[in-house]
Amino acid sequence: MSDRPTRRERYERARRRRSVVVATVSTVVVVGALIILIPLTPGWERVRQAFFDGDVFVETFPGLVEAFWLDVKILLWATPFILLVSLLVALARNTRSPALFPLRAFAVIYTDVLRGIPVILLVFLIGFGVPALGLSREWANPVIWGTVTLVLSYSAYTAEIIRSGIDAVHESQRAGARSLGMTSSQTMRSIVLPQAFRKIVPPMMNTFVSLQKDVALVSLIGPVEILRQAGIDKATYANFTPYVAASLIFLAVTIPCTRLADWLLARQRARTGATTIA
Amino acid sequence: MIGDDQTPAMPAGPDGPAASDVPKLSLRGVRKSFGSTVVLDGIDLDVAVGDVITLIGASGSGKSTLLRCVNLLEPTDDGQVVFDGVDIAEPGLDPDPIRRRIGMVFQSFNLFPHMSVVDNVAIGPRKVLGTAKSTARENALAMLARLGLSDRADAYPDQLSGGQQQRVAIARSLAMNPEVMLLDEITSALDPELVGEVLDVVRGLKAAGMTMLFATHEMAFAREISDRVCFLHQGRILEEGPPSRIFESPTEPRTQAFLQRVIDAGRL
Repeated sequence: MSDRPTRRERYERARRRRSVVVATVSTVVVVGALIILIPLTPGWERVRQAFFDGDVFVETFPGLVEAFWLDVKILLWATPFILLVSLLVALARNTRSPALFPLRAFAVIYTDVLRGIPVILLVFLIGFGVPALGLSREWANPVIWGTVTLVLSYSAYTAEIIRSGIDAVHESQRAGARSLGMTSSQTMRSIVLPQAFRKIVPPMMNTFVSLQKDVALVSLIGPVEILRQAGIDKATYANFTPYVAASLIFLAVTIPCTRLADWLLARQRARTGATTIA
Repeated sequence: MIGDDQTPAMPAGPDGPAASDVPKLSLRGVRKSFGSTVVLDGIDLDVAVGDVITLIGASGSGKSTLLRCVNLLEPTDDGQVVFDGVDIAEPGLDPDPIRRRIGMVFQSFNLFPHMSVVDNVAIGPRKVLGTAKSTARENALAMLARLGLSDRADAYPDQLSGGQQQRVAIARSLAMNPEVMLLDEITSALDPELVGEVLDVVRGLKAAGMTMLFATHEMAFAREISDRVCFLHQGRILEEGPPSRIFESPTEPRTQAFLQRVIDAGRL
């Protein structure tokens, strides 16, 4: 092999240079236009004061981070339960035995109903409805029922993802396992589920990012988490900057998760050897 | 390379009478349809211990379905499949204890891609026979050594050539110590230069006395290795006999036509 680049390499290099130039120019043009044009709008000065007040930002930021800790706690409680419930629902939907028909029917109704109702409505219905049953004080806590709502709603979505993963494992894998004498549940546990989970990592990460944001909906039934804290700060300072600060805090968590999801997806593509077609 | 101490046992069955005259496996009037398509139209076949029986015939003649029915991967519609004196085609019978005694190797290998080669071979004994993890691994390594795959034990299936993958699949099946092996066109997905290594394994199995039912398009090999050849056509065994007779003087015109097509294609 000589050091001289091949015809393909020269072509790829030129193309890469060209795309870098195009990307740079277009970014500069767009960002420049925004920086120049937005301050020219008649309301800009008012918006700048209402949303980007440095002093308000500094004052409220620590309190918001503290309130965000409740969001994190709800997220950490909800996630394992979502995984567990969704796995059970997905497995229930995959059963074949006639004796388990009620279980199967329940799983279908569960996913249909809970995916069909907006999360925000579920938060109200469960968050206000269940404590009204006259539960003792420590069980009437809206944080608990908000978390339960998220588990119910998200496990319905996640169950469908898991089910699609199970369906995506080729029938020949089951034939291979069953031909060894493995039972259907051994086959599910050792052969089908491990492969299904590898396939569904990217969509699961997407759902997880979405869950991180929806935790804020729990604020609607009372708990002072970040969204509610931002609302309180907004009222105190008569300024919207706390909302911007809260958004930044969310981004600090969701963006790394999104990047992780992309990276996992790319790694999976590389491993299965799929090439990108020009 | 196969054929010493750990050769798959070839007993006459735990409670069966001594060898030969009572078949190990016996099919009587086996029928199977998929919707309105009749795939098996009354199959009768006897397989004695140590027999190597090849099934030949055009694609769609029912060879694969026949094997899948014996391994209970497809339920039969009618007829009997008697294995060691028990009719395993009986509807409602628990298939798992039967399947562990019957090995199956598939055209497309069906290896488990998320497990290393040695785990692929060890998982059957571990899960089904309850063999301890370390013992199952040792046995699997010994089996791989026998098939010349020692250096690939920790590789993953998709890092192997097709021929190696199929040998791993055979090792996986042999690890269960099957009494009968069903080989379903095991070389059809392989590049021509890789067919030989897999057929060598089958030769070794025959030398070890393994009872085999072998669906294949490799006519030269079928002629070499078979005790009996069955020609399937539209779900029936049209002609059955020793390879010399089937390949040299077939009596059925449709067998003659099939073999002529094979010869014209340069496969015999």
